[in-house]
Amino acid sequence: MPATFTPLDSNIAIEAVGLGKKYRIGGVIDRHRTLRDSLGGLLKRQARALRSLGNGARRASQPENVIWALRDVSFTVQRGEVLGVIGRNGAGKSTLLKVLTRITTPDEGYARIRGRVGSLLEVGTGFHLELTGRENIYLSGAVLGMRREEIDRKFDEIVQFAGVERFIDTPVKRYSSGMYLRLGFSVAAHLDPEILLVDEVLAVGDAEFQKKCLGKMSDVAGQGRTVLFVSHNMDAVRQLCHSALWLERGHLLQIGPTADVIQAYLADTAQDRAGVAFPIMNEQYGIGLNDVRLTLSPAEQGAHDLRLSLEVLARQAIPRVGIGFELLTNMGARVAYLDERLTNFIFDMQPGINRFELECPAIDRLLAAGDYVINLWLTMANIDALVALDRAAALRIPGTDLYGSGLYVDVHKHGPVLLPLRVRRLEPALLEE
Amino acid sequence: MSGYGVTRGLKAAPSEQITLIQPMRGWLALNLREIWDYRELLFFLVWRDIKVRYKQTLLGASWAILQPVFTMVVFSVFFGRLAKIPSDGIPYPIFSYTGLLPWTFFAAGLANGANSLVRDSILVKRVYFPRLIPPVSAVVGGLPDFFLAFLVLVAMMIYYGLFPTLASVVWLPACLLLALMTAMGVGLWLAALNALYRDIRYIVPFLTQFWMYATPVVYPSSLLEEPWRTLYGLNPMVSVVEGFRWSLLRQSQPRLSMFALSLVTALILLVTGAFFFRRMEPHYADAL
Repeated sequence: MPATFTPLDSNIAIEAVGLGKKYRIGGVIDRHRTLRDSLGGLLKRQARALRSLGNGARRASQPENVIWALRDVSFTVQRGEVLGVIGRNGAGKSTLLKVLTRITTPDEGYARIRGRVGSLLEVGTGFHLELTGRENIYLSGAVLGMRREEIDRKFDEIVQFAGVERFIDTPVKRYSSGMYLRLGFSVAAHLDPEILLVDEVLAVGDAEFQKKCLGKMSDVAGQGRTVLFVSHNMDAVRQLCHSALWLERGHLLQIGPTADVIQAYLADTAQDRAGVAFPIMNEQYGIGLNDVRLTLSPAEQGAHDLRLSLEVLARQAIPRVGIGFELLTNMGARVAYLDERLTNFIFDMQPGINRFELECPAIDRLLAAGDYVINLWLTMANIDALVALDRAAALRIPGTDLYGSGLYVDVHKHGPVLLPLRVRRLEPALLEE
Repeated sequence: MSGYGVTRGLKAAPSEQITLIQPMRGWLALNLREIWDYRELLFFLVWRDIKVRYKQTLLGASWAILQPVFTMVVFSVFFGRLAKIPSDGIPYPIFSYTGLLPWTFFAAGLANGANSLVRDSILVKRVYFPRLIPPVSAVVGGLPDFFLAFLVLVAMMIYYGLFPTLASVVWLPACLLLALMTAMGVGLWLAALNALYRDIRYIVPFLTQFWMYATPVVYPSSLLEEPWRTLYGLNPMVSVVEGFRWSLLRQSQPRLSMFALSLVTALILLVTGAFFFRRMEPHYADAL
């Protein structure tokens, strides 16, 4: 890294140069390791050192099992630009946000940021269930970096935006999850940062809430502030972002005008599942997706049933886990968004592997011919996204000559719905006298 | 020296400070200035801990008093009455309570400090702030409990007709500061280790118990001969308890050499703890 930095161009809000972040597996720092493991590792390293001394060769330390969550990522974001960050699960999107919000430190490269960074990935961060709404506004505000005087000034606005006036002196443990979420969001939204980072995956909640998030985001963008928007929703990225950045396995593959990047991203193998390494775990809660398999099985009259078998791996019993499902065209247009609030697909997970099957009978009688992708996610108590798997499965619907015209209904030409529209002539014709 | 920090000197509007993000390696500066910038967060975390502690329990703030008082009663019965441990001619209840008062503050500070990063792991994983703030707030948050328990001591002294020395105006705050420094130093070491190795939480109760018996809480230090009695000051809590007894109960004389030794130990613990904590800082968000 350079010892001195050239002044940051005043039009640039974020500058990242060669950012890299690695995670070691079985190395010096690991998750929840115990002293015994470390001491064992120390002994092993000593033994290895002794052996290599015996060999008379000074060998470089063994290459540890290193995963680069980000590597060589360089880009700049102009002031006032709204940049979409896309890529499949594990591509490094969240790591990038974590580095830019200084939650974690990079191992390579550097980034420079102009102004205060706020993020909507920490909705309700710092909230304590025993404290009242009023107390939590101050606590959460302080955690997010607001001054007390600033919170005082914005207090009424925060309460009003959240719509919790009547419950402001009630402990938040009595709040409905919706109220809790709204209050948390309201605090975060009133931080008024120069740069706003939004991670849609983490900010689940009901559709109305998501709309609110997106609305706030476009407000912020409209005020000429800089926004980084991580999302799986290509429609939203297309609508909101001037440009997009595509990450894949920690590397920046493409950055440029939104439409171009999205097209390239979606064209990149709806079929390719090599990037998905099951199980995809949420280590905090000890739950994840162990496997996802899609089959189209023949049904009556030449139709096919969609069967999606799903294995959820739980390290402990977890009650009320919701299963979310979204169907998109391969161009990213939403066909169906079925969250657990709508479907009530909520299950208590037992320790071990929990198997589920999602079934949609005669799906090729519902959808137009073309390629589709399916996103799946698990949520808990309507608040936390536990795991989200983007493009969990690809679905190819063969053409159906619904109207006997010799032509197929095509998703891109005619829309995604196979609408069994009929026309009937009413006889006899009425002749005008 | 690399680390997070605001690159000053680049001309920018105050709200447009440029933050430089780069790898953190090796020994890092403490960045006390940044902690000062975040003093309001420190205040709110202390306030939260106190509020939650008293809100969640049935008896609320009275626990701060009940805990040392019950311990004092138990000690008086078993150590004072049954085991007949000497107390330098002072009634055993007030003898043990003057020791228990700073000891309870120290032990709670140590345990809360050790647990602080794990307790606030959600914050550490989601928001940036100086990581020193959780352990510092956890240790400082024990002060209100101390002052409440102190009221009991005042009542007991009136009951036993004991009057403190004038010097106690200086000595008590000095001893309390010494206890705070020691708890903070050890708390920082343990907080960092606890984030990385979960074994630490099993060690803390043993450590506290062992440490209490290495401190003259239930027995007088006059049981030891010189020079061991001065060397005993390597444990800063010895000077804290002795200082409390001396200035409140006029028992024995202040031993400046012992106090100096304790102060040095406490300073070493605090400084090494703070630097070790900073050194491990890049790993917390990933290890928690």
